[in-house]
Amino acid sequence: MPENPTPEIIEPEGAAQRIRSGKVSTRKIEHYVARLEDTPLQDVDKVDESAVPLSMWAQAWRSLRKQPLFIISAILILLVIAVAVFPQLFTHTDPTSCTLSNARKGPAAGHPLGFTFQGCDIYARIIFGARASVLVGLFTTIFVVIIGGALGALAGYYGGWLDAVLARITDIFFALPLILGAIIIMQLPAFRDNKSIWTVIITLTIFGWPQLARITRGAVIEAKNSDYVMASRALGLSKFKTLVKHVVPNSLAPIIVIATISLGIYIVAEATLSFLGVGLPPSIMSWGNDIASAQISLRNNPAILMWPALALSVTVLSFIMLGDAVRDALDPKSRKG
Amino acid sequence: MIRFTLLRFLQLIPVFLGATLLVYFLVFATPGNPIAALSGGKPMSPAVEAALTAQYNLDKPFWMQYLLYLKNLLSFDLGETFSGQPVSDVIGRAFPVTARLAIMALVFEAFFGIIFGVIAGLRKGKLFDSTVLIASLIVIAVPTFVLGFILQFVVGVKLAWAKPTVSPGAPWSDLILPALVLGLVSLAYVIRLTRTSVIENKNADYVRTATAKGLSRRRVVVVHIVRNSMIPVVTFLGADLGSLMGGAIVTEGIFNVPGVGNLLYLSILKGETPTVVAVVSVLVLVFVLANLVVDLLYAWLDPRIRYA
Amino acid sequence: MRYNRTSKALVLSAALALTLTACGGGGDQGAATSGAATSTDAGGGGGNATAVITANSTEPQNGLLPANTNEVGGGRVMDLIFTGLVSYDATGAPVNELAESIETTDAQNYTIKIKSGQKFTNGEAVTAASFVNAWNFGAAAKNAQLNSYFFESIKGYDKVSAEKSTEDKMEGLKIVDDNTFTVELSRAESDFPLRLGYTAFYPLPEAAFKDPKAFGENPAGNGPYKLADGGWQHNVQVQLVPNADYSGPRKPANGGVTFKIYTTFDAAYQDLLANNLDILDQIPPSALQNYKTDLGDRSVNQPYAGNATMTIPSYLPEFQGEAGQLRRQAISKAINRQEIIDNIFFGGKQAAKEFTSPVIDGYSDAIPGSDVLTFDAEGAKKLWEQAEAISPWPAGKVFTITSNIDGAGNKEYIEAMANQISNTLPIKAELNPIPTFKEMRTIVGEKKLTGASRAGWQADYPSLYNFLGPLYGTGAGSNDGDYSNPAFDKKLAEGLSATSVEEGNKIFNESQEILLKDLPVVPLWYQGVQGGWSTKVADVKFGWNGVPLYYAVTGK
Repeated sequence: MPENPTPEIIEPEGAAQRIRSGKVSTRKIEHYVARLEDTPLQDVDKVDESAVPLSMWAQAWRSLRKQPLFIISAILILLVIAVAVFPQLFTHTDPTSCTLSNARKGPAAGHPLGFTFQGCDIYARIIFGARASVLVGLFTTIFVVIIGGALGALAGYYGGWLDAVLARITDIFFALPLILGAIIIMQLPAFRDNKSIWTVIITLTIFGWPQLARITRGAVIEAKNSDYVMASRALGLSKFKTLVKHVVPNSLAPIIVIATISLGIYIVAEATLSFLGVGLPPSIMSWGNDIASAQISLRNNPAILMWPALALSVTVLSFIMLGDAVRDALDPKSRKG
Repeated sequence: MIRFTLLRFLQLIPVFLGATLLVYFLVFATPGNPIAALSGGKPMSPAVEAALTAQYNLDKPFWMQYLLYLKNLLSFDLGETFSGQPVSDVIGRAFPVTARLAIMALVFEAFFGIIFGVIAGLRKGKLFDSTVLIASLIVIAVPTFVLGFILQFVVGVKLAWAKPTVSPGAPWSDLILPALVLGLVSLAYVIRLTRTSVIENKNADYVRTATAKGLSRRRVVVVHIVRNSMIPVVTFLGADLGSLMGGAIVTEGIFNVPGVGNLLYLSILKGETPTVVAVVSVLVLVFVLANLVVDLLYAWLDPRIRYA
Repeated sequence: MRYNRTSKALVLSAALALTLTACGGGGDQGAATSGAATSTDAGGGGGNATAVITANSTEPQNGLLPANTNEVGGGRVMDLIFTGLVSYDATGAPVNELAESIETTDAQNYTIKIKSGQKFTNGEAVTAASFVNAWNFGAAAKNAQLNSYFFESIKGYDKVSAEKSTEDKMEGLKIVDDNTFTVELSRAESDFPLRLGYTAFYPLPEAAFKDPKAFGENPAGNGPYKLADGGWQHNVQVQLVPNADYSGPRKPANGGVTFKIYTTFDAAYQDLLANNLDILDQIPPSALQNYKTDLGDRSVNQPYAGNATMTIPSYLPEFQGEAGQLRRQAISKAINRQEIIDNIFFGGKQAAKEFTSPVIDGYSDAIPGSDVLTFDAEGAKKLWEQAEAISPWPAGKVFTITSNIDGAGNKEYIEAMANQISNTLPIKAELNPIPTFKEMRTIVGEKKLTGASRAGWQADYPSLYNFLGPLYGTGAGSNDGDYSNPAFDKKLAEGLSATSVEEGNKIFNESQEILLKDLPVVPLWYQGVQGGWSTKVADVKFGWNGVPLYYAVTGK
């Protein structure tokens, strides 16, 4: 803490509250924080000052870029993104030209994976379906993490009435059925006539954030009682800054797990919405949609379902691996060297 | 603690009002006239249509409809379905079935999820860990309707180890297969959450201390690592109980379980407001209670967490 | 009865199948590949007559009252626990049940005599009053019965059905004595006696009118079966046991029927494979490719009295006048019906040649002009060009086919059809999915379609007129596309007042020549029933309307 403001005695927030709320214990803990110059901590800081200060994130990046897990997953993700952005580079077949005379046929020249139930080229549909699927998965996850993470962190960290209000709102949203919400949101005048990937993302975000909020809240509640949080507060960092700088980074592990798995779940959820007629219009291709449409031929032509599911699996796998690598890198204890 | 619990119950009142209002409005706002669908596309005499519209208060403005609903609610009247049955009866029949199903699924995912997660976490990067990861991927990428269908076909039809669908009365034994299918996706979450938590905690100072002071590995793992890794898992499981109850639409359809998920789905499609509102209200109740239990568990799992 | 047999979870709203059970006869007409064709007549199978058979069904959507039951789930129960004046045999011909005679000289005034000595299961006698009171109850607006429009031909219907009317007796119905009553229609309708086998025309005991709601939960009928004590377990099953007092032609050959409630046909099919269900009356789309190998001779595939069409509303600006007519014809010719039947339905349908159904008496597959229903890519392109010359198709406009997709089996064929149209004509065609049936009905009912829509019809009673009048007559109740052609209306009226059935059918088929030119809807195919049964039962046959003859099934 190089630029520490004028040291002052900080009364732990909890103390006053405990008394107010009539906790049974009569034990009273006096906290006194010594002036910075008087503590051995000062020496530690001095040593650090000479080196180039590295933030937690920079340290993580250093260890991350050497990890094979990270390199593999990053390459895979870049590949998937490339397919999503420039599908034309990967196939010359028109995915919308479907004829029933080709229906359910196996691989043929120029059609490496065969044909769907409607006689469309499976490979071309996977290539062209990447864009919608990746956008839905990625952006829903990002929005869910931002909204759910922020609300969950605030609720868990500040507690009290803020927690009560946020947590109960979460409860209501949790109980709302996705289908009901989707049917209504997709029919709002703004969405009705131009259903797009973004309407799906918004819908899935509205129903996805409560889960992440709850997980974040739990992780933050756990982390906020840690010694380093008390240390940070004792050193005079404001409550909010402590949340952002120390509590949240130390609560990331479960958030990363939920987010990376949910990424795949959202891609499949898009299929459910499309299946119910409230998702993407039929003209927008997506893996989820193809998986749902392949249900009918499951017993006789499982390959029709297998290929898009495989594409989805590889994408989810790369994000899970990436998440693992990031988490490892953020955790100094599991970092080697 | 008692005060904390009581406060939580008091919060139910605004939550309940908020949820019913919101859901009532959402169903009200769904496009399409439910009465028009009752005719099944056949002509309906205008008089019949008018009479039915009035019977379900659909001719009144939204606020009036909602207030009438609340008024009936005060006398414990949850309203009627379009088929003339009291909603309370309908829910009373469906709820116990779904509760059994959801609890079994929860136990399944908690039990196997934690065990697999702990082993995978302790043996990070080894064969078991990778196998579990691949299996989780399948569960994530292959939708429930496919997995459920395959399990039903193989276990129920080909091997005939269980009935393909649930018999009248929905006995526990018939619910094993559906509960398994229902819990699969959440199982993937639980495994990975547990695994990550265990990896975080296995290098913690207190674990080193515990090992150093000569505790058996078993005790270190169970008491020190697992217990301290449970907060995210318990959070997830608590939130999942409600999802398992309300979101079992696909599973209930596959195994023909006469439960809440299907009831909710069908009444949404029909626009049967009283049923939707009542089911969602019950679900809100489940969520609030489950989260209360989770919050109390936090304090037990991590004594540093206190509720005042 | 439209949109039936389409739904997965949704048979509730979607269906109105008027499950009229037929009696006797073999279900082997048409393209049957059925093992049932070899089975014997009702009760004659020599099988186990005490076995309780299980069959798939959906939860009845209303209390079990004749005039309030308009969907399959309730319909098939009603048809077993009640019996009316006539029933239909497997070919769809009316057979007297309670009717001693139905006589008329002018097709407008009917004298109906009923058999005496019949009882409801609550002990009340079935008399002329049981019919007259039930029909009046069904028609009166104050009772809000869904099938009330079925009584619209009866004189006085307009008074009792007017909004807020308190009148509850139609002047056209008069009781002569205990076993005789007369019916006066507001105009001559020669097919009135044909309708009398429909659910809405069943009699009711006095008890029903005192507390219709309680009666609907636990009805006392007069059919071959009765509801077991506490037999209707909502959303789970409906248990029926034989009614010893029944003496009609549909004598139960088994010890009872238990309808298991399913929300998906997939679940029911798995149960059938595991011998956990005895009779399934619809093979789910996912099993159409396999059911013959799965079940062998325990399956049936035969046409029933229903069809599938695509409505192109006459209010669409692109489909006006001569250009509109050419466009409809071009679209019809661009659809390769057989290819869809082979690849999507795996042979479960029959390509349409006209607007009715091959199981209906009077059907002809050679009506002049029916070649417009044959796939012809070149012809379609030419017709489209001619239309373009008159008024061009709006640039970039997509030809949408609207359908609710909350039931299984709609999405696939409409996507295939849209692909065919896109591949043949210079326009883009696309499915416009609507999430719920209620929304679909509202869009169609309020005439807000912006393109074509999925439609279909299942006969309420076996007559050509039932496929034509209610659908394409000017202002008719189910004329969703607002079709109107005075020449067609005139033919219909002529057909109705014809003196003989043959004469009437001839005129109705002439009226179809007009429809084949105008194409208010594009006929696609005739519906077929694909069903199966377990190894535990025998003598399974399906009727003219695709419903199994439950009473004739025996155990093994």
